[in-house]
Amino acid sequence: MRYIDEFQDPELARRLLDDIHATVTRPWALMEVCGGQTHTIIRHGIDQLLPERVELIHGPGCPVCVTPLEVIDKALEIASRPNVIFCSFGDMLRVPGTGRDLFQVRSEGGDVRVVYSPLDALRIARQNPARQVVFFGIGFETTAPPNAMTVYQAKKLGIANFSLLVSHVRVPPAIEAIMRSPSCRVQGFLAAGHVCSVMGTGEYPGLAERHRVPIVVTGFEPLDILEGVRRAVHQLERGEHTVDNAYARAVRPEGNPAALAMLEDVFEVTDRAWRGIGIIPDSGWRLSARYREFDAEHRFSVTGIQTREPAECRSGEVLQGLLKPHECEAFGTLCTPRNPLGATMVSSEGACAAYYLYRRLELTPAPQAGTAAPLEASPVV
Amino acid sequence: MCLAVPGRVLDIGERDGTRMATVAFGGVQKEVCLEYLPDLQVGEYAIVHVGFALQRLDEESARQTLELFAQLGMLQEEFGDPWEQAAQAGGGEWPFADAPDAAPDAAPDGAADGVRGHDAVPAVGAAREEGGR
Ligand code: SF4
Repeated sequence: MRYIDEFQDPELARRLLDDIHATVTRPWALMEVCGGQTHTIIRHGIDQLLPERVELIHGPGCPVCVTPLEVIDKALEIASRPNVIFCSFGDMLRVPGTGRDLFQVRSEGGDVRVVYSPLDALRIARQNPARQVVFFGIGFETTAPPNAMTVYQAKKLGIANFSLLVSHVRVPPAIEAIMRSPSCRVQGFLAAGHVCSVMGTGEYPGLAERHRVPIVVTGFEPLDILEGVRRAVHQLERGEHTVDNAYARAVRPEGNPAALAMLEDVFEVTDRAWRGIGIIPDSGWRLSARYREFDAEHRFSVTGIQTREPAECRSGEVLQGLLKPHECEAFGTLCTPRNPLGATMVSSEGACAAYYLYRRLELTPAPQAGTAAPLEASPVV
Repeated sequence: MCLAVPGRVLDIGERDGTRMATVAFGGVQKEVCLEYLPDLQVGEYAIVHVGFALQRLDEESARQTLELFAQLGMLQEEFGDPWEQAAQAGGGEWPFADAPDAAPDAAPDGAADGVRGHDAVPAVGAAREEGGR
């Protein structure tokens, strides 16, 4: 149990682990949906502390990773226009589009700005009435309500030079798609806690029942993950498949009603493409007809974009839990955070980045004497 | 970006008809929109994501999470200068002629430094000693 001393409460961690070890009698495969959870797991070596018969499969829950290449290319195209101020969260800066990223657009003279909140982008729009301000609206159910509020405010305040490039995705249809895939091995889910803080747990009982999988709402800290795994394993061993909330301190069954009402007003459900995976029915949001005037895709004609994914990148399989990052041939050689081929290597929540940051030294073969060493200095974490 | 961080409400006011608060996360302070938790009060804790309070949190869990995030450097990841981080990820120096263009609400230098080490932890502890709410 090599990393257990790093746990906030090592004694409690040990008790949870002992319980899991004592409970498991058969092999089980659980998927943690959220990329934040993947990072906690790899960073603390939780997968190595669990019994060998409990496998954690990484899910597609990283909004940066699943934003389709076409949308990134549209963002790059809009951000390059002279009269545009393009605002984005910081973790989109290095996500590769076809051939370049937002960071490069900025160094080529594009006015790309990083904001902490979408409301900052709205303020920039008010301060620059002669220019078009576009906000890159990506994210899951946790980020969609803030973006929805921003569009609502823009309409209320009559800020006509603001628009949203929307690429919002929803978790439950992704779980549905994963369970329907013929190659699916997942037997239980750790559902993403903060998504449920907003949405509540109402979308999950149907999924759990239909696919006979336990779904345990789980937080992001190491002890949260252990407790989520413990509850899922107990259900599996007993042959149960219910929705259980192991993150009650931040998740109420009804979610956040004010946020849900705003989502309902501003967005409507639509099919969405997920990078590396393809189109998942009903898995996203777009602006509803009332707010269509704030849709950047309508305001700027960005057509005729030719996307080109690097052939070596297997992030689609990584995102579906079919391949572990280090099993990709490009991992740590052709593809590193400095020179990422796929978004899963560049995003702070991406599975490839997690393996690179915390596991690289164990996974890459030692460099031969006399050859160029592929290993860079260990990153500061 | 996906990280939602617990913070403590310091004061509450209105801007353009919107309920806003100043919220402290360890050593960093940010303007946060309260429209989704309209009855949140000064002294209470909430989970905050991209400038919006999304769900209440009790003080003890908030404090524990903040301490852990500070230790793991995750607050720096969330509130540090994104251009600098992106430049580092790309293996280069600050590449542009002008000064780093951080978020308009970037905390003052002293406060931002608080997230770089373990300094954020005493700040959270201090909030508790003040008596919380
Ligand atoms: S290691 Fe790089 S190339 Fe391989 S799947 Fe991950 S992002 Fe793609």
